[in-house]
Amino acid sequence: MNSALLVNIFRFIIFLTIQIVIFNNMNFLGYISPYPYILYIILYPVNSNRSGLIISSFLLGLTMDMFCNSGGVHAAACVILAYYRPYIFKFSFGLSYEYQTIKLNESLTPERFSFILVSVLLHHIVLFILEAFQFKYIWDILLRTLFSSVFTILTSIIIIYLIKPNKR
Amino acid sequence: MQQIFNFIIRNSNRLLFLLLLGISLALTIQSHSFHKSRIVSSANFISGGVYEKINNVNEYLSLRTENDELILENARLKSLLFSIEDTTKAPMIDSLKGVKPADIIVSKVIHNTYNTHENYITLNSGVKEGVKQDMGVINSLGIIGIVDKTSANYSTVVSILNMESHINAKIKKSNHFGSLTWNGKSTGFVQLVDVPRLASIKKGDTIVTGGQSEIFPEGINIGTVEKMYTQDKTSFYVIDVKLFNDMTNLGHVYIIKSKDREELINLEKKEKK
Repeated sequence: MNSALLVNIFRFIIFLTIQIVIFNNMNFLGYISPYPYILYIILYPVNSNRSGLIISSFLLGLTMDMFCNSGGVHAAACVILAYYRPYIFKFSFGLSYEYQTIKLNESLTPERFSFILVSVLLHHIVLFILEAFQFKYIWDILLRTLFSSVFTILTSIIIIYLIKPNKR
Repeated sequence: MQQIFNFIIRNSNRLLFLLLLGISLALTIQSHSFHKSRIVSSANFISGGVYEKINNVNEYLSLRTENDELILENARLKSLLFSIEDTTKAPMIDSLKGVKPADIIVSKVIHNTYNTHENYITLNSGVKEGVKQDMGVINSLGIIGIVDKTSANYSTVVSILNMESHINAKIKKSNHFGSLTWNGKSTGFVQLVDVPRLASIKKGDTIVTGGQSEIFPEGINIGTVEKMYTQDKTSFYVIDVKLFNDMTNLGHVYIIKSKDREELINLEKKEKK
């Protein structure tokens, strides 16, 4: 049992709890709710076991589905985000990301912001497409993706700086 | 053989990804086909228990509105007791046609969604109290939905704010039937479709449940007509119905056991043979 594993399990439970207890009850304008639980996938250590990330993301999404009565929508979105995370890293931080020590919870540089932005957009568009499941609602899907992403990014950044204040 | 193993080891992440994606997509597709039993639902021990805990806290925050509703209901019951004519419009649970008080299970909403296209409600009574699939759920103002899945202590309800739900309804005055659906836009309005254009309808007419469904008894309030229009090239009205219920704020509900239901279904089965 190393400490990284413990930290991940702790984050898994904490993010799920705050999502279910607090953020699932937030409905701006009736249909916009933030989903900051995907911070678990975003903050997962860069060079850790990749299959572990994919499996735990699936479980994370499945638990969300259980609480939201939504079939497998969250599970699918989370697995896709977990699988494409290295590509988003490559996109945001450049090719040599594996050799750098990327710490997301430090000061907000454009690279870090773009990483969070792309991750959240990918997750939300998959989530809302699968939730509506019909292409006649495409405008509805895009609108929901846009607004929910804005709120998710805002809450995510706030949470990141609440968990780990900058040590100087 | 060696090559197959090498292939699996080299692509383990991709295969794992595809497997899990396949599972979740299968669950998604399955959940979109209505009334096939969903595998993952909140009517289980873990999520039901958690929701009950959360609801215990939330109840304190809504004590005031709950009290107001109780005062209203008390006033109505008192007016009944003194046989003064009832002026409130709420339907009387104890006077529904064909339903005895023993056929009603009182339950409590412990979780409620209304921000997706397919909304579900979780109740804190299940098989132990006698809740079964396809029972109707109402409260003192009107209908709420239909029981979907049950476990020992909890059950999920397909809310009327669910685009897959179709409930038989009629116009109180004229007995024209239609089907009650939701277009996914506003939580205050549902749509009554397939009403023939011949029907004379005015704004403000009351819509109640029809007798064609085995789930709800006839004549439970749903809402009032807000707007009606025709969809092009059909001879049917689409009616926007303003709900009596505020679906975003639900407390105690009643689950109706319909005794005639099994008899009806058996009869229809015989007819088909």
